[in-house]
Amino acid sequence: MTSNASTLTLAKALNAGLRRSMENDPKVLMMGEDVGKLGGVFRVTDGLQKDFGEDRVIDTPLAESGIIGTAVGLALRGYRPVCEIQFDGFVFPGYDQLVTQVAKMHFRSGGRLRLPIVVRIPYGGGIGAVEHHSESPEAYFAHTPGLKVVTCANPIDAYWMLQDAISADDPIIFFEPKRRYYEKAEVDLDNHPGIGLHASRVVRDGSDVTVATYGPMVKTCLEAAVAAEDEERSLEIIDLRTLSPLDLDPVYESVRRTGRLVVVHEAQRTLGIGTEVAARVTEECFYSLEAPVVRVTGYDTPYPPARIEDDYLPDLDRVLDGVDRALAY
Amino acid sequence: MTVDTAATSNRGAADGEPELVQLLTPEGQRIPHERYDALIDDITADEIRGFYRDLVLSRRIDSEAVSLQRQGELGLWASMLGQEAAQVGSSRALRRQDHVFPTYREHAVAWCRGVDPAQLLGLFRGVDQGSWDPAQNNFHLYTIVIGAQTLHATGYAMGVQRDGANGTGDPDRDAAVIAYFGDGATSQGDVSESFIWASVNNAPVVFFCQNNQWAISEPLERQTRVPLYRRAHGFGFPGLRVDGNDVLACLAVTREALQRARDGEGPSLIEAFTYRMGAHTTTDDPTRYRLDTELEHWRLKDPIERVKAYMIRSEMADQAFFEQIEAEADDMAERLRRECRALPDPAPDSIFDQVYVDTPPTLLAQRDEMVRYLDSFADEEASR
Repeated sequence: MTSNASTLTLAKALNAGLRRSMENDPKVLMMGEDVGKLGGVFRVTDGLQKDFGEDRVIDTPLAESGIIGTAVGLALRGYRPVCEIQFDGFVFPGYDQLVTQVAKMHFRSGGRLRLPIVVRIPYGGGIGAVEHHSESPEAYFAHTPGLKVVTCANPIDAYWMLQDAISADDPIIFFEPKRRYYEKAEVDLDNHPGIGLHASRVVRDGSDVTVATYGPMVKTCLEAAVAAEDEERSLEIIDLRTLSPLDLDPVYESVRRTGRLVVVHEAQRTLGIGTEVAARVTEECFYSLEAPVVRVTGYDTPYPPARIEDDYLPDLDRVLDGVDRALAY
Repeated sequence: MTVDTAATSNRGAADGEPELVQLLTPEGQRIPHERYDALIDDITADEIRGFYRDLVLSRRIDSEAVSLQRQGELGLWASMLGQEAAQVGSSRALRRQDHVFPTYREHAVAWCRGVDPAQLLGLFRGVDQGSWDPAQNNFHLYTIVIGAQTLHATGYAMGVQRDGANGTGDPDRDAAVIAYFGDGATSQGDVSESFIWASVNNAPVVFFCQNNQWAISEPLERQTRVPLYRRAHGFGFPGLRVDGNDVLACLAVTREALQRARDGEGPSLIEAFTYRMGAHTTTDDPTRYRLDTELEHWRLKDPIERVKAYMIRSEMADQAFFEQIEAEADDMAERLRRECRALPDPAPDSIFDQVYVDTPPTLLAQRDEMVRYLDSFADEEASR
């Protein structure tokens, strides 16, 4: 196999993935606010309108329900719209169309209609933003049958998962960890890594405590694992990658060895992804567990003002604190 | 042109009632119209008889469904009684390649598009959520969330543009999209957003609003302070009001709007001024919020009676024709009752089949769980 490797930021990798999808399939469209000339506020669609034209990279009016609702119509006509929601906190005007229409169309049509729509949402905090720009709303969508939810944590997954999502026939909410947009990695642009879109993955082997996480927290947890080595604690880190459906087989396998699980996410705790992971691990690994499943998450408050967001967000020390709690039993 | 103010004398716009396009008076008199006569001058007596048949048979579908609900065969029905002309007139303006996005009350549109009436019942009986194939008749599934389909129609129209199926001058290729909605829906953000999208994209979509005066219990003045058709002007495309109980006028104005869309000239809004003679649905009780006199007033403007009077007046049909249509309606009703009762319940575990195109293993595991649970009762039965 030839290798066409390139060092890319996560944002550039997404851009390259979008470009590849548009080259491969003329039915793929981009639509959203400022995605054309500006290239999106994070430049993820940079240069696409110039190369693919205004009919395929559509600067939409400023209304999220309109973006999702017209994407439904375009998909019914045979197109594959990729919608950009500018920031996590702005998805809610489009929430009705996503939950009542996009999620149910295949089901209610008895399987006749398909909506191969991808909705890209930059999510998460840590960038010093004003309110509504730092949220983690993934659980709302993972709770909705008919939608699939995935999130990438590094440039390689950004490039390939986005292409896989666009070529899938189910509607997919694609969460992008905005604080990691400028993290770099070498990406092989030609050879698919072979892991499925809806598969989780062990990203660091360990033996004492399993840490399941996703999106922006994967890097934080990997850093925590390095720090834990100093205390001779071995953390196994799992990047969940897919939040709906969850792929917990690697988590079960790991917990059966470690007996301890910490789940880490930025989103608020109650009824978050960590809650579901804890419930399922309890069902599947009850006799292997040495400790209750520990959740290290944002708190059950609105996202705070930026000057104190570091105290709200899980960081390396809070992850290690969670590990300590898991090991205390 | 006739201006009819009586029905809305206490709820009109402050500057007086707008003109509405009318070609057939409630008494069945064909009145000339400078602009719209030309749009229906090809209509033959045979086609008029066809419209009459559409009106009578679709009303019969509706009344049979109400009866089936009363007999417990349907869980609910949303009657379109009184709105037949708006629906038949507008949908008989469509071409094969045009695409329809209905609400849940477009039974006569479904009829005109060739959807089997029995298929309309499944949603209301609770055995499916729309069983017809939208691609077969270019008739989308009913949409229950108010106004949501106007965005779908607009997006679909944007797809038509991208397919080059618009503005080519080829009458068999150029397509338009029509979105049906009601007066209540005009308050929804989705409807305003669809107007914006259609306008700035010059999308080939016709917004067909059946203003039936009532959104369940709320009269029009709870939704708007201006006549609805005038909303279009603020969005930058034409809007007009038509007598929604006049099948010929609805045909004429919709033909014009659809052709404008097919020609690449952009969207239009039609406000079909009509009246919901029945309840909102079979669970509704209109006596709590409106007066019988209002209903009596609109009965005089019945959309079917005026076509019948017109046909008799112009000797297009004789008694034998009307009897033949009644007999056909009786036959259809009998078939509808039979087919409704025969609609099978879906298998309980079928709910898992079409949540996704690519069903995840976690969902398959839940299906197995349900099947095991249900089967456990079969085992009990067997062991007795």
